[in-house]
Amino acid sequence: GLFVWRLRNAAAWKIPCRFVHLYHVASNRLITFQYFNFLKRMYVTQCNKDLSQRAKPKSDSIASPFHELQQLDQEKKVVHKISSVSPVHQLWSEMSSRNELREMKSAAETEDSVIPVGVESKEDRQWKEMKLRLDDLPGILARLSKIKLTALVVSTASAGFAMAPVPFELTCFLLASLGTGLASCAANSINQFFEVPFDSNMNRTKNRPLVRGQISPLLAVCFAASCGIPGIALLTLGVNPLTGALGAFNIFLYTCCYTPLKRMSIANTWVGAVVGAIPPIMGWTAATGSLDAGALLLGGILYSWQFPHFNALSWGLREDYSRGGYCMMSVTHPGLCRRVALRHCLALIGLSMVAPVLNITTWTFPVISLPINLYISYLGFRFYRDADRSSSRKLFFCSLWHLPMLLLVMFTCKKSVLEKEDKGDLRGGSHEMAMEIRLP
Amino acid sequence: PPAHSHSDWIGPPDKHSNLRPVIFYVPPEESALERRLREARQEAQASNQRFWARHNRAFRQEKEEFVYSRLKAKGLEMRDESGQKATLNAEEMAEFYKDFLNKNFKKHLQYNRDWYKHNFRITFLMGQVALVRALRWLRGRKKNVEQ
Repeated sequence: GLFVWRLRNAAAWKIPCRFVHLYHVASNRLITFQYFNFLKRMYVTQCNKDLSQRAKPKSDSIASPFHELQQLDQEKKVVHKISSVSPVHQLWSEMSSRNELREMKSAAETEDSVIPVGVESKEDRQWKEMKLRLDDLPGILARLSKIKLTALVVSTASAGFAMAPVPFELTCFLLASLGTGLASCAANSINQFFEVPFDSNMNRTKNRPLVRGQISPLLAVCFAASCGIPGIALLTLGVNPLTGALGAFNIFLYTCCYTPLKRMSIANTWVGAVVGAIPPIMGWTAATGSLDAGALLLGGILYSWQFPHFNALSWGLREDYSRGGYCMMSVTHPGLCRRVALRHCLALIGLSMVAPVLNITTWTFPVISLPINLYISYLGFRFYRDADRSSSRKLFFCSLWHLPMLLLVMFTCKKSVLEKEDKGDLRGGSHEMAMEIRLP
Repeated sequence: PPAHSHSDWIGPPDKHSNLRPVIFYVPPEESALERRLREARQEAQASNQRFWARHNRAFRQEKEEFVYSRLKAKGLEMRDESGQKATLNAEEMAEFYKDFLNKNFKKHLQYNRDWYKHNFRITFLMGQVALVRALRWLRGRKKNVEQ
């Protein structure tokens, strides 16, 4: 609770982007704090590869820290009367008059005669040449690949790697992380490639590179291929085929199942939760080479976490989803939305209990994690009962720190490999030996 | 966009469709392939613009009607004493959002299909154009080297 309070009151915008610190959530508490801060500021936080569901509850407060400060003065600007409807080719002639228009933030308060999609900076209102500038390219590609989300995905994968009961191998770890990161970049780019007109119509996503025409669709696809193919190859050849297969499957699941499904059925949320659960499984299989109960448990924890996280978030975005044509539980089945969120909060408690049974952690893990799991379940219950904006926001923000904390506690309670070696009376060191003694 | 420019220009988002219009540059020696690409892009742009402008307008209108009918049922006016527009809270609006989404479901399915088709076609044509240009450039370089 204290953490959250501090984070909320911190002047978050004075701290520049710290995603470079995000290597190993489990290894350093200091890093974890910066991780929280980073998460808090960016509101990005989730390990599911899709960011479009995870929009912030307030509209447009993310654009950039500086942007936000400037907007504070503009919030009270009066909206100019907007001229009549004009088809595309007439827009060109009205370009100069439109340059004088300002749009108000936040659909709820506006008195506009059009659907506002957030404040436009002066730059946004100008015509831009569609020419690729090489010095802009890194920034554009970073946004295209949702680099911050990718970093979070890689960190859950590394948590999976760290939890695997084998001696730590640095090269394997680095290769797995790199491969996962590349796969995630590829998946995110394809997702943006598919969703251009929808992204244009939603507040949170309207500044994406493809929407703004900063990059051509062809280049986006080529970038995705040039990340995905080496990424999967790296996983298959440099780590093991199982991890590679999981990576490829996850890219497929995200781009070809989840993305189209978002507009067809509420089942997309469950598919998306699986997408988020696979990276830690990949981390585990990278370390051990096999898919076993521990991997599935970690995947299960992440799967369950997605629901309170996403359902709470989507509660505040119902208007955008409705207009954009996205089939989300929060819009079509609000009762189900809240029930599922609560259900999975409780499931997290249960899953934490299973961890020591599978010999992944000691019994201190369920004990220590009980308070945080109970807290998120409590917030989940409040959300279920109250079904309002404040409870959804509380639940969402809690989920932001809940997961890193849970993973951290899990890592610190990890059953040490040495302990097991003593029990099994085998010499440590070799990879195969470690695998054999894992489960009784 | 300036007359001498040799590239496409993209503008600010349209106020109705929220899509950014593009003005396509027509090079003097445009090949048949390049023309097909440009026309595909123009067609997609027009179709998207039509869909979203109409859809967003319908959304706005139906939302107004919904708010008006609800306020009336409650016995309130559209604007209160201070002249502020009266709004419904999120839970009341949720009913509208649900209905709107369900009503437009089929429309969206059709649009999705069209959009994916356009998108793939345009990207594929872009790939072909890029390939042709690359080959032409390579051939040009080979000629220079030989000379």
